[in-house]
Amino acid sequence: MITMTAAAGSGHPGGSLSAADIVAALYFKVMRHDPANPQWEDRDRFILSKGHSAPVLYAALAESGYFPTEQLSTLRKPGSCLQGHTDRNLTPGVEMTAGSLGMGLSFGIGVALAARLDHRGYRTYVLLGDGECQEGQTWEAALSAAQFKLDNLTAIVDYNEMQLSGWTREIMNLDPLDKKWQAFGWHTTDINGHDCDQILAALQEARSTRGKPTVIIAHTVKGKGVSFMENNVRFHGKAPTPEEAERALRELS
Amino acid sequence: MTAEASTREAYGNALVELGKRDPNIVVLDADLSPSTMTHFFAEAFPDRFFDCGLEEQNMIGIAAGLAASGKTVFASSFAIFASCRCFDQLRMCLSQMELNVKVVASHSGITVGEDGGSHHAVEDLALYCSLPGFTVVVPSDAVETAEAVKVAASTPGPFYVRLSRPRTPLVHSEGYHFTLGKAVVLRPGKDVTIMAIGVMVAKALEAAKVLAKEKIDCQVASMPTVKPLDEGFVLQAASDTGSIVVAEEHLAHGGLGSRVAQVVAREKPVPMCFVNLGDRYALSGKPEELLQTCGLTADSIAAAVRVVVQRK
Repeated sequence: MITMTAAAGSGHPGGSLSAADIVAALYFKVMRHDPANPQWEDRDRFILSKGHSAPVLYAALAESGYFPTEQLSTLRKPGSCLQGHTDRNLTPGVEMTAGSLGMGLSFGIGVALAARLDHRGYRTYVLLGDGECQEGQTWEAALSAAQFKLDNLTAIVDYNEMQLSGWTREIMNLDPLDKKWQAFGWHTTDINGHDCDQILAALQEARSTRGKPTVIIAHTVKGKGVSFMENNVRFHGKAPTPEEAERALRELS
Repeated sequence: MTAEASTREAYGNALVELGKRDPNIVVLDADLSPSTMTHFFAEAFPDRFFDCGLEEQNMIGIAAGLAASGKTVFASSFAIFASCRCFDQLRMCLSQMELNVKVVASHSGITVGEDGGSHHAVEDLALYCSLPGFTVVVPSDAVETAEAVKVAASTPGPFYVRLSRPRTPLVHSEGYHFTLGKAVVLRPGKDVTIMAIGVMVAKALEAAKVLAKEKIDCQVASMPTVKPLDEGFVLQAASDTGSIVVAEEHLAHGGLGSRVAQVVAREKPVPMCFVNLGDRYALSGKPEELLQTCGLTADSIAAAVRVVVQRK
C-alpha cells in the first residue's frame, strides 16, 4: 500500500492501512474463494464500499494470486487494471465498482438476496468507512438488510475515527455507532480491528447469528503501523513522498 | 374517439408473462407497486419481488447487486424518483458497472397531472441519455410497452423505459412488432418529418391530418428508442423531407430534440422546430389541461410544421 501509493504519487494510504488487518483476515483466513476462478458462483463475496481504500484490496488480491504482484506498481496509471477507485470490470476479484460512498451495503444486499434466491451458501462481506456512515444511503440499506433478515450478510465498519478533513466526531459525530445499528435491527459487535483473534471471533459470531445481519464495528487507527501516518489526517488522501515511503517501509519491516 | 389503454398496466401484465417464462427475473419497487403495476408480479411471484420502501437509491444498489449475481432485474418507481433521486446510483452502479437492470418508470412528464411540479419528471430523458451504455425507450402506447418490456428483458445491459400515468391513445395494433433502435413510420409524407415520442405520437398524427387539408404532406415517425437513436432514419428523413419537427413531453434540453438536432447538425443540416416544455416547470392540473397550457398539442405541432416548411 505504501509502495503502491508512493509510486502512483496519489491515493489513500491512511484508510487502506486501517483496514489491512480486517482484509487480511477475510482473504487469508475466512473467505472461500478461488483466485484461479474469480467468477466461481459459490465464492464468498467481499465488497469494498469505501472504494478509496482500493490499495488494501489490490494488495490482498495480488497476494492471493488474482494477478501478479508486479502489477501493483501500475496503480492509478494509464492502461492499468488498478484504478484509483475499484472497478469490477477491470480487476479480477473486484466485486464492485466503488468510489461514490454509501452504495456498497445496498449492492451487498442484492448479492445476499441472490444467494437466498439461488439457495447458495456463500456469505457477503461489506467493508464500510466510518465517514461513509454519514451517507444517508447507508442507513436506507441498514433498514432493508434487517427487513429482509439477511443473516448471510456481514458489514464491517473500519472505525478509524477520521475522515478527509478531520475527526469524525468533530465533523459529523457518529457515536454511539453500535446503538444506531442496533436500533436499525442489526446484531452488533465491537472489536479492536487490529487484533486478528478478535476479528476472527467476530466473523465467526456473524456466521452463527440467525435471522438478522451483523455489523462488526472495528475500532482501528488510520495509517496503522507507520508512526507518522497514524491518526494523521494528511494521509487520508495523499500518498507518501519517496522519502516518507522509505521511512514507512523501514518501520513496517 | 381513439381507443386508449394504460402503458403501466401493459407493463405489469408483461412482467407476469416474463416471470412465468424466466425464473431469473427479479422485480424491485419503492413502495409504489400498486401504481407502477409491479404488484401483479408481486402477487404471482412473491419470492422474486422485493419492496425496497421509500429508498430509491438503495433500490438501485440492490438491483445492481442482484444483476451482478446473474439476475435480470426490473426496478420500478415514478419517473421523477427513478431519475433525479438516484442519479449517482444509476451512474456508478448501473452505467459504470454495465449491469443488467431495467428501470421501468411510470408517471413520467406533466401528464402526472394534479400532483404538480414536484412530481413531473421532465428532465429524466436528459439524465438517462447522458449515461454511457444505457438504452432509453419511450413506448408510444400500451401495445408497444408490452413488446418493449420483453425486448428489454432479453437484451443485456441497463435500460430506462419511460411510461405514463394516464391511459393513452393506442397508435399500434395487436401484433405490432417492436424493433429496438428503429424509428417507426406511422404515416408517410414528403414535406416534413414529425418525430415524436410517448403521448406526443398520437398528437403528431392528429396534426398531420389537419395539415393534409392545407396540402402539407407530413411524414410522422414514432422514435421509441431515444438512445441509441436511429441515426439512419433521422438522416434519411432530413434528406427526403428537408425539415424536421420534434415533439416530446420533456424540457427543451437533453431529450429527443437535442439528440436529433445533434445528428442533423453534424451530417445533414435542415430547418428544425421543437415542441416541448421549454425551460420551465408546469403546475397542478388535469393532464389534458396541462398539455394544453404547456403547448403540447396537435395545434402546436401543426404551427411548428408551418414555420419549418417555410424555412426550407
